[in-house]
Amino acid sequence: MSTLKRLKRREEIIEGALKLFSKGGFYQTTIPDIARTIGMSVGNFYNYFTSKEVLAKELLLYISEYLGERIRTINESDATTQEKIRAIVAMYFEMVQSRPEMIEYFLRIFLSNREVFGEGCEGTVCVSAFITEMMLFFDDGVSCGDLREQDFFSAFGLFMGYLGGMAFLCGEKVLPHALDSYVDSITQNIYRALKT
Amino acid sequence: MHSKPKALWLQGLTCNGNSHSFLNHPQLGILMERFELLYHPHLPCTLSLEAVVTCMHECDLLLFEGAFEPTMRRAGVALERLLEHYGACAAQIVAVGSCASFGGVFGSSGGLDAQSQAWSEKIINLSGCPIHPEWLALILSGFAEGSAFALDAQRRPKALYAHLVHHGCTRNEYFEWKVDAKGFGVNEGCLYYDQGCRGVLSHGSCNRILWGGVSSKTRSGQPCFGCTESDFPRRDLFKTRKNMSIPHEVPLGVSKRAYLTLAGIAKTFTIERLSKDLMDD
Ligand code: SF4
Repeated sequence: MSTLKRLKRREEIIEGALKLFSKGGFYQTTIPDIARTIGMSVGNFYNYFTSKEVLAKELLLYISEYLGERIRTINESDATTQEKIRAIVAMYFEMVQSRPEMIEYFLRIFLSNREVFGEGCEGTVCVSAFITEMMLFFDDGVSCGDLREQDFFSAFGLFMGYLGGMAFLCGEKVLPHALDSYVDSITQNIYRALKT
Repeated sequence: MHSKPKALWLQGLTCNGNSHSFLNHPQLGILMERFELLYHPHLPCTLSLEAVVTCMHECDLLLFEGAFEPTMRRAGVALERLLEHYGACAAQIVAVGSCASFGGVFGSSGGLDAQSQAWSEKIINLSGCPIHPEWLALILSGFAEGSAFALDAQRRPKALYAHLVHHGCTRNEYFEWKVDAKGFGVNEGCLYYDQGCRGVLSHGSCNRILWGGVSSKTRSGQPCFGCTESDFPRRDLFKTRKNMSIPHEVPLGVSKRAYLTLAGIAKTFTIERLSKDLMDD
């Protein structure tokens, strides 16, 4: 099988597994379930991932890189800090709508099954692509005098915790309005909370 | 050519730090025997300052210490005039220390090479605050032997300034694993993250040619101030500027993205050996 075909197949497993895990949970979803969804034999699945735990870590890296890449584009743009905040919020909310399985996976699988992500995913290792871009965003913001100097995690928690909370409320169908109608007010809140 | 090359040491605005550092060279006597020293404010020499300022003499090697300040006078004669005369006849000019090389602490009118087009090709910048006596000894020996030095873009000898001060620091392993020093003067930890160390940003050989032959600032637990660079001195020398816990400046030539990616991963792991006191038993 050509490398390109193999990579494509690998991506199909990742996409299929993301959907199953985020709906059914980590323990309830089995490898045969995943193999069946993408029309692959269980034996062949193991040619790609040696265990469910290995796959789970790969999914996390996949999401982190997906998010990281998008934030990197925002970071590298000429936008002001406030515009960048808006772009990150809008990108995240768009992802909640178009790729809910990614956010769900992060919130429901990664955060609630930490035992699965032990070795190889210590600390921020598996989410490094995403965290690095957030660090660069904050670094730029403070550097140009827009954002207040403070501990990185205080700011990061405020920003991402807020977005995660909104994604959760949206998933629970609690929000009275469409998620994207909150972009402006949330941008304002985050900016006001972090600015100098 | 004279039997011995004639060396002349002139001073601009200076604290004498480079002279004093040079006086600590263990083989100073042997080294200076290779020269006829026309003038130095603290060393035995053949001319008085009054004789030097007549501009009736010539030198092969001009050593200039301190910041150049055109209005300054030496024994009643404008420094500018002295430099014009001795700079023109010298085969080589050494800007001794950061003030002579780049303006340094006094800032004044920049480095010596900014003063005249005619000299700029003859200048070797020996930046440092102060210089290590061995650095000057290398240049003096080279001159006496007729060797040429490869220079970097700021006219500093590559033999001394091609590496970073970080190279050879005993704290490299702490830097790699992101173990920060808990204070000044301690044996353990790297001083980059909190104490303002600029070893990874500054060219110099402080950790390869040791001070007093035994140590360096960073080895003994003090941050490198980057005194060999043209933007020295800066503010807050004992503090690392950070933006939300992220160092404002990262190692030379490394992108911030690359640095943060590696640093984040390294920080995740606790290396037992590096978290302990070195002298603990
Ligand atoms: S103390 Fe300075 S020179 Fe030494 S390892 Fe740390 S950054 Fe490098």
